[in-house]
Amino acid sequence: MAQVMLEARQLTKAYNSTVVVDRLDLRIQEGEIYGFLGPNGAGKTTTILMFLGLTEPTSGEARIHGYDATRDATKVKRITGYLPENVGFYEDMTARENLKYVARLNSIPESEATQKIGDLLKLVGLADVANQEVGKYSKGMKQRLGIANVLIKEPRLVILDEPTTGIDPEGVNLILDLIVHMAREQGMAVLLCSHLLYQVQKICDRVGIIVDGKLVAEGSMQQMGQIMTGEGQHLLEVRVTQLDDKLIESISAIPTVRSVERLGDTLIIKSGEDITDKISRIVVDAGSLPLMIRAQDYTLEEIYMKYFREE
Amino acid sequence: MWTVFWKELADNFRSWRFFIIFVIICLAALSATYTAAQTIIENVTRTPTEFVFLRLFTTSGTTLPSFIFFLSFFGPLIGIIFGFDAINSERSRGTLSMVLSQPLYRDSLINGKFLAGLTTIAIIIASIILIISGLGYRMIGIMPDLAEVGRILVFFIICLLYVGFWLGLGILFSVLFRRAITSVLSTISIWLVFTLFISMIAGLAADRVAPVQDQSDVDAVLEHQRVQETTMRVSPTTLFGEATETVLNPGTRTLRGIVLVREVQGMIPGPLSLGQSLMLVWPHLVSLLTLTAICFAISYIRFMREEIRST
Repeated sequence: MAQVMLEARQLTKAYNSTVVVDRLDLRIQEGEIYGFLGPNGAGKTTTILMFLGLTEPTSGEARIHGYDATRDATKVKRITGYLPENVGFYEDMTARENLKYVARLNSIPESEATQKIGDLLKLVGLADVANQEVGKYSKGMKQRLGIANVLIKEPRLVILDEPTTGIDPEGVNLILDLIVHMAREQGMAVLLCSHLLYQVQKICDRVGIIVDGKLVAEGSMQQMGQIMTGEGQHLLEVRVTQLDDKLIESISAIPTVRSVERLGDTLIIKSGEDITDKISRIVVDAGSLPLMIRAQDYTLEEIYMKYFREE
Repeated sequence: MWTVFWKELADNFRSWRFFIIFVIICLAALSATYTAAQTIIENVTRTPTEFVFLRLFTTSGTTLPSFIFFLSFFGPLIGIIFGFDAINSERSRGTLSMVLSQPLYRDSLINGKFLAGLTTIAIIIASIILIISGLGYRMIGIMPDLAEVGRILVFFIICLLYVGFWLGLGILFSVLFRRAITSVLSTISIWLVFTLFISMIAGLAADRVAPVQDQSDVDAVLEHQRVQETTMRVSPTTLFGEATETVLNPGTRTLRGIVLVREVQGMIPGPLSLGQSLMLVWPHLVSLLTLTAICFAISYIRFMREEIRST
């Protein structure tokens, strides 16, 4: 049974009378990548700040590896790496100097630190620009330096707030690979906040959707998909040998079908029930043959939009 | 805290402000000393020969003020310049969030910056005192004796207490205000009040509380003087001025501006020992220390529980 790294119980934050985080319950295990999704202003960053002791919760508690995030903040920070949305470094110092400073703040001995810094810079692909001033770095480079910064203390928990926003596609892939490496190879628990649902979908084991401070849905991608199917939303992708309007009409005529869309030679059918069998029959009856009938997995975007629209 | 201290110290010495301040204070010190030495040489037959060396610091020329006047007026600016953007520059550079997510106590940041600033200032002042001593010795050909060296050391510590207060005030405002421009303007306003306006305020206060007319008797005049002096002592600049005058002028035996003839008749002529001089001014030194402590207290209260966002 993997250890629980982060636990939030009834975590609440209110500014005067506005409740920004509402009785949040959350658990993340080591080796797990947890995606934290939500619209702007939903309370994701505030929740993260409470985990790090950078702001005080109004009520409830947050524990990281058993330590109280507010009272034992230093202990928490020893084992937690944080990459904020706008990562800041000392621009007049080089990457190496910045990492050395952070290593010293973490009481890492000098010899060990030099070795680690070298390895990490290689890992994030900044080895050849390590002695340049950070002021000259692009956003992608700063972000990668941020990841090296996070890993230098060998944390048990890594919190990333929008790590790939504004990064070019190649940089994005590098960062996503690094995140997966952190969780799989180094056994770190990862809490990832992002708007970029496609990327979250790619690497997260579990996902939590937070809207207006409340966690409205949580689960693995499969479980989230099942929520949609449970609600009566089935998606079928169909390809046939002979596609004509009459066939589309017949399919639309099925009572539970909500919509039929034609994309090239593929039909996307949305229905309230699983009608794979009915579709096969109709296709054959129309004189055509089914080449492919596939139940499509829900994209995270559709699941997310459902909750977002409901508010 | 020491990690922060060493980094900030290195930053201070590499910065423009250090260079500019050092050049300005050097020029001021050299010119003040030159005229002071000239004056001493010219008046050598007319003034007592004890404690000649100390007079390098306290004598003013015909057009230039003495060195201690320069320090009392512009010393605060040195403190302010090293402190006004201590915390708010970290905020605006985005590094505050990064540094505070490392395992160090928040007060270490303030303490480290204060100590680094104070050390830088100490090095500047010590260098200047040595330069003045060197130039002075060259010009007047007299070495300081042990009592004078002792007084110069005490003078050095008083300077540190004084400039340290303004450094603490600058840091306090850097914690209170987000933008460096606001903190620097506020500290400079306070500097103006304490240096330029305090005498006006003191005069007004005395006139209101203990007014004096032409026919007033001795007691009324003394009372007026007393109120005026006490009000002046609200300003750390006054405290510094009185303390240094007493320490560097061993003949000073009272801090009162008006001394009655019958009191002078009872005085034993001759200079005071260092211990006796200090007895006159220890309240001043304690007040300066207390003012600095109050600045720190308010900074801590504000900073310790503040929410730190990266955006």
